[in-house]
Amino acid sequence: MTAREVIFTLIAAGGGLAGIGMVTAKNLVHAALYLATTLASIAGVFLVLHADFVAMVQLLVYVGAIAILIIFGLMLTRAPIGREALDSQQRGLGAAIALSMFGVLAALIWQAYDETFRTAQAAEAVGPDSAALGHSIFSSWVLPFEVLSLLLLAALIGAIVLARGEDGESGTAVEESTEVFS
Amino acid sequence: MSLLGPLLFGTFLFCLGIYGVIARRNAVLVLMSVELMLNAVNVNLIAFQNLLHQNDTFLTGQVFALFVIAVAAAEVGVGLAIVLNMFRNRASINVDDADLMKW
Repeated sequence: MTAREVIFTLIAAGGGLAGIGMVTAKNLVHAALYLATTLASIAGVFLVLHADFVAMVQLLVYVGAIAILIIFGLMLTRAPIGREALDSQQRGLGAAIALSMFGVLAALIWQAYDETFRTAQAAEAVGPDSAALGHSIFSSWVLPFEVLSLLLLAALIGAIVLARGEDGESGTAVEESTEVFS
Repeated sequence: MSLLGPLLFGTFLFCLGIYGVIARRNAVLVLMSVELMLNAVNVNLIAFQNLLHQNDTFLTGQVFALFVIAVAAAEVGVGLAIVLNMFRNRASINVDDADLMKW
């Protein structure tokens, strides 16, 4: 077991524990912070795998933006505390499905790893540098990139339109209606 | 470095996400679980790119991981807007209460 594998094991164990904390937390804000911890540990896994640029993007977009966005979403809605308020009735069913799925997938990975991957195993992770990655995105993948930017634009405009609210929702319409009644 | 560790880690996170989607009742928590599942797939993509297909000239795994991150950002934006609208209309974000279109 190399030093890199030891570091990976530590980071993955921390991320897995934080993930368990996220799906079982009784407090919504704690769940969001556990999610941020898991996402940061996934960025650490990317670093161990020599994917530096993706790790930095993960830190910026997930830990920096999406975690904050989710915490805003929690604060703008009512946040009840407690297991009964947060979990539905199908907790046992969900645990059974998730556990059996993990068992099946892990067994499949183990089997396939034994058969095919062990011979094709590379000694060390090798990742391209950011220059090669940027070159690849803007030469080979430029059409998907443009479609993706269009999708992001449409999604953000849609989010603004959805979250903006109706006209006269706050204040003016209520005053008019009270005048009519008085 | 062995490919087994990242693959098992990704599988574990994905199954945690499945459990969260099924067992959680709060819509924001369901969204968070979906984020966890998307990230688990990213771990797989990066591991396959950097450990198994190192000579791929298109860098497919890393580029796809970046695309998945961008799509997840769009998804969580629209999802939170829908959750806010649902809270405004029904004063609750329990997914059990969102049964307006149930036949």
